[in-house]
Amino acid sequence: MNPEHGSSEALVRGDNVRKTYRMGAEDIHALDGVSFKIARGEFLSIMGPSGSGKSTLMNLLGALDRPSAGRLEIDNAPIGDMTPDQLAALRNRTIGFVFQQFNLLARTSALENVKLPMLYAHKRPSDLNKAAQEVLDLVGLGDRLDHHPAQLSGGQQQRVAIARALVNRPQILLADEPTGALDTQTSEEIMQLFTNLNQSGVTVIIVTHEQEIADWTNRVMRLRDGKIVTDERLKERLHVVS
Amino acid sequence: MSFLDAIIAALKSLRQNMLRSILTTLGIMIGIASVIVMSSINAGAQQKVEEQIASLGSTMLSVSPGASRRGGRSSGANSAPQLSERNLDAIKQAVPNVVDAIGEVRVSTTAVAGGADWPTTITGVHAGFPVVRNWPVATGRFFSEQEVSSGRRYAVVGETIVKEVFEGTNPIGGQLRIGNVPFEVIGVLAAKGQNQFGRDEDDLIVAPASAVRARLAGRDATVPDQLDSIRVLFADNTDLVRAESDLMDIMRTQRRIRPGQADNFRVFNIAEFIRARNETAQTFGVLLAATAAISLLVGGIGIMNIMLVSVTERTREIGLRLAIGARKNDILIQFLVEAVTLCLIGGIIGLGLGLASTTVVAKVAGWDVLINANLVLIAILASAAVGVFFGFFPARRAAKLNPIDALRYE
Repeated sequence: MNPEHGSSEALVRGDNVRKTYRMGAEDIHALDGVSFKIARGEFLSIMGPSGSGKSTLMNLLGALDRPSAGRLEIDNAPIGDMTPDQLAALRNRTIGFVFQQFNLLARTSALENVKLPMLYAHKRPSDLNKAAQEVLDLVGLGDRLDHHPAQLSGGQQQRVAIARALVNRPQILLADEPTGALDTQTSEEIMQLFTNLNQSGVTVIIVTHEQEIADWTNRVMRLRDGKIVTDERLKERLHVVS
Repeated sequence: MSFLDAIIAALKSLRQNMLRSILTTLGIMIGIASVIVMSSINAGAQQKVEEQIASLGSTMLSVSPGASRRGGRSSGANSAPQLSERNLDAIKQAVPNVVDAIGEVRVSTTAVAGGADWPTTITGVHAGFPVVRNWPVATGRFFSEQEVSSGRRYAVVGETIVKEVFEGTNPIGGQLRIGNVPFEVIGVLAAKGQNQFGRDEDDLIVAPASAVRARLAGRDATVPDQLDSIRVLFADNTDLVRAESDLMDIMRTQRRIRPGQADNFRVFNIAEFIRARNETAQTFGVLLAATAAISLLVGGIGIMNIMLVSVTERTREIGLRLAIGARKNDILIQFLVEAVTLCLIGGIIGLGLGLASTTVVAKVAGWDVLINANLVLIAILASAAVGVFFGFFPARRAAKLNPIDALRYE
């Protein structure tokens, strides 16, 4: 696969991206020169068995880490050249994270959890409560503002986490096994929420090892041994949007 | 993250572990309480000493006959020749910067008036007593130098004599029989209360030195115009070291001491003596300071320990905060603010405890304490400093976490 240069539509552009870890005397090539482009508005899943490099790729796409070699641009910013504080600002502004284990602050209300990313933002809305309430409305939890994580179901907790990821209006929603801790029914509801968010214009990237989850997306990138082995764009959605 | 946000977050997090937070700050509480008690006792002692020095006259030197030496052995303070009126006159004339000087002759006796009798001391002095001893007359008057020369049997009494001998009635014009010699009371000295060593300063009678010597001393005096001691008041801002040496020169001449021969008198700087005595109190202060420092150290280590536990427990939270855009500094400040807040809470409780204990010490042990507004500042600054110092290492450890590892931490 050759990288397609010059497209201004690309939100993420990877060019021969490598990530090498040193383990004892050996170098582990977690990512062995991958090149790809992700356009604005895509709904993408990244698949692969453990050790394939998909977690490493996700960390790079989330600006949690910098490549060892090659070039990776997120929203036209080359993350390899950025300082830790610049990366933090990029994560705050451009990327919204959703985790398998939700990672909500315990004994803290849904509203406070959702407000958290705004506290670290340079420019923050004048009314944090209102902004947080809006995104909680969007994920269907407008009536659970004062509930603590322990008082919410898994699906509801993940909705709070998604609201938190959305509150700073990011370009990319990056979800790591977002349904891994949920039952089938709830998983489908969450995937439906991601689909709706994607249709409203947010680029959604989901890292998963479940085919049923990947089937919701329009593009599936498969990794093995640190390389992209297939990258399929699906013309038609397998799931009927209800 | 703004500072206010950090403080709110810190308070929330501390409230979630209320019991642990309180136990952790115990060391700080005790430390700050000790600091408060120590400072107020020290300040109280200091103030008391300065008051005493001021009341004695901080520019006063006393001369008394000192141990003379024979064959290198001291033969005791009383074996030296007595001081005399002539010495006093010489000092007044020849020593520079002298405001006034008086002699004192002391006799232990029993004072009788009406039916009451009272064992006390009568001190024969000169007219300069109120000035030299910085001890004014409260009612009535003091006797003049002329009355001293003519040996009038006048007496000026302390508050305790009024109370014990005259049973609180106005003694002026009344008679006081001392060793069967009648003295007329012409004045009452201002009340002074107890001195540093607990002696009642107001239990005294002063009378003209001549009258006391002639009528009461009755000693086998080697010098007919003997004095037990001489007190010399110098002008304000006199260099007392210089004054002391001037005084000694005159005394050596007076007593015909040859160069190289040891002095047979002593010159005594009361202010210095009291300051030196006060070093005992200061030693006690140092001990308290050490206790306070150790409590704060132990308390600080407790804070550090609990903050390290907290950082470990909240590794995933730190990972999440980093993932959603917290910078290393935000994390550092969050944990530092948490440690400082914890210490400040302990410090404020410690301040309350310290003030309460100080009040109790003052009431129960009867110690002089001085509580001033600086203590609040000391408590806050000391506890904040402990928080910053011992909170920094855990906070830096939190800030150094790698977001990827922290998010995966189980």
